[in-house]
Amino acid sequence: MREVLLVAAKDLRIELRSRVLLFQVAPFAVATLVLLGFALDADRSALRNFSPGLFWVAVLLTALLAAQRSVAVEHAGRAADALLLSATSPARIFAGKALALAAQLAVLEALLGVAMVVLYDARVEHFGLAVASAAAATVGIAAAGTLYGVLAAPMGVRETLLPVLLLPVFAPVLIGATRAFGDALGTAAVNGWAWFGLLGLFALVYAVFGALAYGPLLEAEA
Amino acid sequence: MESAVWLRDAVCCRGRFPALAGVDLDVAEGEILLLRGPNGAGKTTLLRLLAGLATLDGGRGTVLGCDLGSDRRALRPQVGLLGHDLMLYEDLTVVENLRFFAALAGASDAESRAALERLEVAPRLADVPLRRLSAGQRKRVAAASLAVRRPRLWLLDEPHAGLDESGRGAVNRLVRDAAGRGATVVLASHEAPAAAEVATRTVHLVGGIVAGRSPDSPAAPASSSPAAAPPPIEQVSDA
Repeated sequence: MREVLLVAAKDLRIELRSRVLLFQVAPFAVATLVLLGFALDADRSALRNFSPGLFWVAVLLTALLAAQRSVAVEHAGRAADALLLSATSPARIFAGKALALAAQLAVLEALLGVAMVVLYDARVEHFGLAVASAAAATVGIAAAGTLYGVLAAPMGVRETLLPVLLLPVFAPVLIGATRAFGDALGTAAVNGWAWFGLLGLFALVYAVFGALAYGPLLEAEA
Repeated sequence: MESAVWLRDAVCCRGRFPALAGVDLDVAEGEILLLRGPNGAGKTTLLRLLAGLATLDGGRGTVLGCDLGSDRRALRPQVGLLGHDLMLYEDLTVVENLRFFAALAGASDAESRAALERLEVAPRLADVPLRRLSAGQRKRVAAASLAVRRPRLWLLDEPHAGLDESGRGAVNRLVRDAAGRGATVVLASHEAPAAAEVATRTVHLVGGIVAGRSPDSPAAPASSSPAAAPPPIEQVSDA
């Protein structure tokens, strides 16, 4: 666990220093939410009804940037080689990087949540379901983003390839999180906790698969 | 003396190109081996193979008793590689980089500071992000990061490049100290005078193979004072 926290703290420290999250990713996330609002012609009722889906579309687009950044940090200067040469197991490196990415996404989701309330007039009726769903979706997105990031890393076209690989993988999260949030925000008559279960399963599958596959993929990058 | 590196007919491809096309190499424990050769000779690939980062595509090889075909993961924590890329984080400060890699290696903060002092990195640079340092200063930090891991096998790719006179001296002292403690060092360098100060033997790599041993070349030495004499040239050839 110590090595997981070391890797996660290192990634978060790099983000704090570079301020890419603050000055580039966060404004992109809010701008996406605003533009989606413009696309619906500022109809408050429509915005409120569609707010769960718009929120998660914005989160997923933002997650692409954050995942790219997480890979780029290791790719620059071949720092990933130094991690491979350490005694740390690839599964722990994966867990540390996914944890850092999840923490960044959680901050962005909180920011987008506030923006959704302000811009879309959204109201949270079941706070526990919203938080639980967001947590499960975030873990799944972070695990998949970290795994597919290292998969795309050795290829020269990483920046364009990663979205092509990741967006289809994110589709179950978009569906599940939108339904769960629909219930939490009172915009859809569905069983939100059932969709939370799907999100939890997705997160579990990608966390386990990522821990197993990250090592061979990191070696391929070397 | 035990063999730290043993390669027979080692082949290593970068894509489809055989960067190493059948290398035979023995390096004894505690030896400081200088790899020389023209650009594209395969020196960097050989160092990455010895680090367990490149795949052995043909032939056989063991490094520190680990089979390069099946046991690379066990080998890596025992190896330190200083490459063209410094394998550090540009946005972290000097101290943060050192502390991170020291913590992964189980070394203390005091050892990190000591490594920086040995490489003569000015204390005022400790809290400066790496991206703001000069190339030479970064190289010193990378060497300190290597030292703090206490590897058994040091693999140095152009360790003197970009360093001033005092930096070259600091790197050479580091290499001598490592060998003095029993570590093995393989360095590739075009900076012949600086590298020759510490090397106990020289091997010439040409076109992905070790050039033939010259008839009057001495066998691999097991020198007790590596820096005492200039390195015997085991193979000398030219592309």
